[in-house]
Amino acid sequence: MPSTSPLLDIENLSTSFYTDDSVVRAVRGINIQISQGEVLAIVGESGCGKSVTALSILRLLSMPPGHFDSGSIKFNGSDLLRLSENDMQKIRGNDISMIFQEPMTSLNPIFTVGDQISEVIIQHQNKTLAEARELTLNLLNKVAIPSPETRIDQYPHELSGGMKQRIMIAIAIACRPSLLIADEPTTALDVTIQAQILNLLASFRQETEMSILLITHNLGIVAQYADRVAVMYSGKIVEEAPVEILFNNPMHPYTRGLLNSLPGNDRKRKLEPIPGAVPHPAYLPKGCAFHPRCNDVMPHCQQQSPEINATDLETHQTACWLYDKSL
Amino acid sequence: MTPLISIRSLKKYFPIYEGLFSRIAGQVKAVDDVSLDIMEGETLGLVGESGCGKTTVGRMSICLIEPTSGEVCFDGANILNMSATNLGKLRPKMQIIFQDPYSSLNPRFTVERIIGEAMMIHGLADRINLKSKVAEIMNKVGLPGSLMSRYPHEFSGGQRQRIGIARALALSPRYLVCDEPVSALDVSIQAQIINLLQELQEKENISILFISHDLNVVKHLSHRTAVMYLGQIVETAPTETLNKKAAHPYTQALLAAKPSINPHESINRVPPLSGDVPSPLNPPPGCYFHPRCPEATDRCKVERPVISQLEKLHTVKCHLYD
Repeated sequence: MPSTSPLLDIENLSTSFYTDDSVVRAVRGINIQISQGEVLAIVGESGCGKSVTALSILRLLSMPPGHFDSGSIKFNGSDLLRLSENDMQKIRGNDISMIFQEPMTSLNPIFTVGDQISEVIIQHQNKTLAEARELTLNLLNKVAIPSPETRIDQYPHELSGGMKQRIMIAIAIACRPSLLIADEPTTALDVTIQAQILNLLASFRQETEMSILLITHNLGIVAQYADRVAVMYSGKIVEEAPVEILFNNPMHPYTRGLLNSLPGNDRKRKLEPIPGAVPHPAYLPKGCAFHPRCNDVMPHCQQQSPEINATDLETHQTACWLYDKSL
Repeated sequence: MTPLISIRSLKKYFPIYEGLFSRIAGQVKAVDDVSLDIMEGETLGLVGESGCGKTTVGRMSICLIEPTSGEVCFDGANILNMSATNLGKLRPKMQIIFQDPYSSLNPRFTVERIIGEAMMIHGLADRINLKSKVAEIMNKVGLPGSLMSRYPHEFSGGQRQRIGIARALALSPRYLVCDEPVSALDVSIQAQIINLLQELQEKENISILFISHDLNVVKHLSHRTAVMYLGQIVETAPTETLNKKAAHPYTQALLAAKPSINPHESINRVPPLSGDVPSPLNPPPGCYFHPRCPEATDRCKVERPVISQLEKLHTVKCHLYD
C-alpha cells in the first residue's frame, strides 16, 4: 500500500431506492480505497450493488427514487457527494469517466462517433472544433480503429460491437482522467474481442498511470487484469484482498462458493454450486445476508450482520463470523 | 456404433431482399456445409463467436428452420423429407432448451400448462394424471411441484431455466439441443444448471448438442467439441484433445483469449486476434479465417481448405495440415 492518501476514498457509503411499497438498500455501508495507478475490481452477481456503487461515484442515479443514506466519496480530497451539480459536471468525463456495459445502447445513434468524442473535448478543454477533430483522430488511432479518417464521420450503427466499445473507450480517455470506471466493459463482446479491449485498457493504464475501477462478474478477468479485488454480495463487501491472495486463499464462504462453481477444470469433477438464489434486495434476511445459502452457517450469523475486518494479513479483509475471534 | 443424429453438408442461406419488388440482392451464408455426428448418450459442444451460425445449426438439426440443402438423419431416417405426420410423431424425441429463460416461457401460461401442454398433445398424460406427471418432472429438475399453478414472472432466472429444462424433458427426448442454456445466468446459478444437465444426461442417456460461446462450460460438459467460424466447422475433436493440442489457429486463439482464473497464468501467451469477424454477407475469398490468422500464407488467400483427419475423431479444416 502506498503511504500517500488514496485517489478515491469511499467511506461507509449507503445508497437506497425508495419506492412506494418498499425500500431497496442497494449499497449498504461500503468502504473502498483506490490508489493512483491501481486497478480495483468489484465482483459479484447481478443485483449485488456493483453498478449502483459506480453510478453513485459519478452521481448518475436519479434522485428520487435514489438516495444517499450515509457516507462520503472523497476524490482527491473533496467529497463528491457535497459538490454542486455544476462542479460535478466538471469532474464527469474529465477527472472521472466511465465505460458502460452495452456499447450498442450507450452511444447516441443520431450523432457521428467523431461528434460524440469531440463533445467531451470541447466541453472540458476549451478547444476549437478543428482542434477537437484533430485530437479525436489521434484518439481513434490510439484505440486502434482502422482507417480513422473514414470512421470519424460514421454513425454508431455502421460499426461492430467491438469497435463501438473502442469508441466508448476513446470518449472515456479523451481528457486523460485519473479514474476510469469500467462497468462490465466486455460482457456483451466475444472472447477474442474481449481480449483486445482489455489489453487496450491495460496499455493505457501503463501509459497514463490512471486508476481503474473494474466492475465485472467474470473471475477470469479479475485474475488477469486487476491488482486488488472486492467481492460484493447483497450490497456489502464481503471480502477484499490483493488478487493473488484472494485466489490462493479465499476466506469468505461466498467467495469460495463462487470459485467452486466455476466450470472448466475437469469433466469428472462435480461443480459445487451455491445453493439457493440471491435474496431480493428489498427483503434481505436478518443477520448476515448470505446465511441462508452458507454451508458454514452458525446460530450467530442469523442474528447479527458481520463487519468487515482484517484477517491475519493486513491487506486481506473479510466480513464473516467464522473469522471473528470474539465468538 | 451408429450415430443418433447425423448431419451431412447442411447449408442455410438467408436471402437479402432489396427494393420495391423485393429482388434478392444477396445471400447471408449463415451455415455453409456443416457435417456432424452425435452418438447415443454423447454431449457434443458447439462453440463459436456470435454470428457464426451455431444457433442456426442447432435449430436446423431439429427442423425448426428449414435448411437450404443437406440432410439431417435421426436414428437413420432423414427428417428433412419426412411427411408432416411422421415428423410430428418424432418431435417429442427431439427437444430444445433456449438461451433466454425470460422470453422463452409464455407469460400467460401457468407452469403446469407450460410443462404439460406437449404431454397432453402427444398422449403422455391425460386430464386425470396431468398434475401428478408435471409434479414428477418438476421434482426431477429440482423444483417443488407445489409451484405448478404459478406464472413464469414469479420465478427467478435459474428457476425459469429449470422450467425450460422440465418442458423439454417432459417428453422423454432422446436428443436435446441446449442453445446457450446458462449464458443468461449468474455463476452460482449456472453451476446448478450445469450439474442438473449432467445428472439428467447420465440418468437418461440423452444425446445433447450443447451450443455455447463459453469454452469453460463446454469443456466441463461435452465429450467432443466442434468449433465454428463464419458458418463452417473448422475443428472437431474430443474435448480433452482440443484443449491440449488444438490444431486450428482459430481454436488456439479462442483458448488463449479465455482469461484464466489463475493470476499466475498470464493471458498473453498468444497475442489476441486482431480485427473482427467478417460479414457472412461478403466473406473473404479462400479460407474465411485468413484475414485474422497469424499463420496465413498466400495459398490461404485463394484456396479454400478441406477437412483433414489428424487422428481418429480429430479433424481440422486448415491448409497447415494438408
